[in-house]
Amino acid sequence: MLTTVVEKLKAQFPNSILGVREFRGETTVHVKKEDILNVCAFLRNDEAGLFNYCSDICGADAYTPENRFEIIYNLYSLSYKHRIRLKVFVDEADLHCPSVISVWPGANWPERETYDMFGIIFDGHDDLRRMYMPEEFEYFPLRKDFPMMGVPDSIPLPRK
Amino acid sequence: MGLEHALGDTALTTTIDSAINWCRKNSLWPMPLGISCCGIEMMAFAMPRFDVARFGAEVFRFSPRQADLLIVAGTTTYKMATVVRKIYDQMPDPKWVIAMGACTSSGGMYRTYSVVQGIDQFLPVDIYVAGCPPRPDNLLHALLMIQEKIQRGESRSTPMTVAAERQEQQLLQIQGINNN
Amino acid sequence: MNIEQAMDVRQQRILAALENKNTSVYFDDALDNEMILNMGPQHPATHGVLRLLIKLDGETVAACIPELGYLHRGYEKLAENVSYHEFIPHTDRLDYLSPLMNNTAYVLAVEKLVGIEAPRRAQYIRTIISEMARISSHLLGIGALAMDVGALTVFTWTFREREKMYDIFELLTGARFTTSFTRIGGLAHDMTPEVITAVKEFIEQFPEKFNECITMLNTNRIFVERLDGVGVITREQAIAMGMSGPNIRAVGLKHDLRRTQPYLVYNELDFNIPVLNDGDCLARYYVRLNEVKESVKIVQQCLDKMPSGIVHANEPKKVLPRKEQIYTRMEELIHDFMLINFGVNPPVGEIYHAVEASKGELGFYIQSRGEGHPWRLKIRSPSFMNLQSTSQLVEGGMISDIVAVLGSLDPVMGEADK
Ligand code: SF4
Repeated sequence: MLTTVVEKLKAQFPNSILGVREFRGETTVHVKKEDILNVCAFLRNDEAGLFNYCSDICGADAYTPENRFEIIYNLYSLSYKHRIRLKVFVDEADLHCPSVISVWPGANWPERETYDMFGIIFDGHDDLRRMYMPEEFEYFPLRKDFPMMGVPDSIPLPRK
Repeated sequence: MGLEHALGDTALTTTIDSAINWCRKNSLWPMPLGISCCGIEMMAFAMPRFDVARFGAEVFRFSPRQADLLIVAGTTTYKMATVVRKIYDQMPDPKWVIAMGACTSSGGMYRTYSVVQGIDQFLPVDIYVAGCPPRPDNLLHALLMIQEKIQRGESRSTPMTVAAERQEQQLLQIQGINNN
Repeated sequence: MNIEQAMDVRQQRILAALENKNTSVYFDDALDNEMILNMGPQHPATHGVLRLLIKLDGETVAACIPELGYLHRGYEKLAENVSYHEFIPHTDRLDYLSPLMNNTAYVLAVEKLVGIEAPRRAQYIRTIISEMARISSHLLGIGALAMDVGALTVFTWTFREREKMYDIFELLTGARFTTSFTRIGGLAHDMTPEVITAVKEFIEQFPEKFNECITMLNTNRIFVERLDGVGVITREQAIAMGMSGPNIRAVGLKHDLRRTQPYLVYNELDFNIPVLNDGDCLARYYVRLNEVKESVKIVQQCLDKMPSGIVHANEPKKVLPRKEQIYTRMEELIHDFMLINFGVNPPVGEIYHAVEASKGELGFYIQSRGEGHPWRLKIRSPSFMNLQSTSQLVEGGMISDIVAVLGSLDPVMGEADK
């Protein structure tokens, strides 16, 4: 089933599928950033895929000069019970990525979390605030260049 | 605590003080600030098996205004720190603080950007309870130590005068705002 | 930035978000206009440190904004800086009501990444401890829900049962609930006969005690009526919002990873998946309650079927050797040294593995670059996704129903905030 989905994806979006990788029986599809919304909508509605459940969205910092950030979409189909993973590269110079809330409303908080942790701005997200860290915090903690102990005095403590 | 201001330091006040302290220590009203995992052990501490009622501290109050013992149980993050401090400030004097667990005492296993490395950075703490999580018996022991401390008449909470001073300042501030 | 300014910024952004939600019910009477109420982060009914900002229209909730992060401990950053083995104790504190289940979920993910499998006996033991963890978590969930809506007695009763389970966990792992019991490729040690007897004894007496608790609730009209028809979510909404676990099974969807994507030994066991259709708080409560009964069945079957044998995979380069062997044999000493210093070094790649935890789909997404520590570890926590629908569930309802809704969602902030 999953192979048909990947074939169909390739046929439908010949220019936006950058690669397909298999590892431990899991399929990862690299998608061009601009087309992620269309690909997601296609996967959600296509009758061979029916990925109607968005398990998770997260970011990752590859720490390379180009295409530094990755956004990873872990999708699941409640009807066919299979999973697929989409991956999008985001360059440090242009931290924007289309939001997929219109496809899965549940992507709201995971996208906010990705913004909070990596500073990736999701275009079309109507409530892009920080998820965990305080609003006045200026850094993005899960970036690889952020120290584990944080920046001293970046979050004020109450006085004793 | 407070009484000697009115009566001076006489034999009468010391006797009354010790009587009051005896009452105080046997009727502590804890404010359970169960932030995370340690909060579960704190619940166990209140439940029938460990039964804190034996020591007269079973009246858990979720309003800081009605409590005199703050049990901070769980990892305190920077975001939570202001809240903890606010709760502490709202408690009436005299008050005592137990830092329950490794996290509250020192940051514990979380040496990360978001966790305060010990709540004593912004709160006066009376007793630190070690463990991750401390067993409820451990917490009972801490309670007994607090009781001893109360009997000795010690408290690390803000003295009355300072509190009054602060209030005055706040009042002045408010008046200043109004004048502007 | 000093603390006052910082607090100002924080408050203003949150309030602005609340204002932007266009909920337009206005009355001419000034007294009827909206008021903004802050609930939490320190509130007995928020199960930890969740903060809700509620816009009230009289007694009706016009808008609700959950604010998380008061328990954000930076697990994912930590994971990138510790080895695969060292992260196991951290998983205890994720969902601290069912730590054994998290241990299992995490090592299953790492095992998938490394490409090894634990022996059969270890798998059975993992199933037993997972289900025990599910029972203990649901017990607290049910008890806390009852307490939130005003029935304190049941909470003490469920806690009594939990104490018995803690004793078993202590016998098994040495700690009451920070267990860290599983290891990559196996378990810390085998389940001793005493533990098996203890589990058997517990499972024998448990159904009767549990029945006592739930009879007390199910026959209580106040309890039932406070939950019935409250906090309804439709099936489509629940799927769209990414709910999982008992919450999604309460909307009539038979989605349980134990059956749909079987792991451990679940496909050899006979159990049902309780499903209800109403999607309200009562349905969520009933699903949990029936799940406890199924879990009891699973534990019994596992105890009967459990094979004998070893509990560590025979993969000396990946699985920590036993202590006695380290002290007496050169080979094991070398492996131990290598494993501790350099880690398990899985191949370059990425996996996502999810299990059906007590709160829902608990997944670990791990990216490996062939090093001893993960390059990126993402925890897909069920409570986080379940909480996302809080606004939908409470908006339009009464303010007093918020506690019931939160109680029936059963979030754990340790896991939601990570
Ligand atoms: S000390 Fe341990 S158990 Fe207590 S809050 Fe911290 S991590 Fe949790």
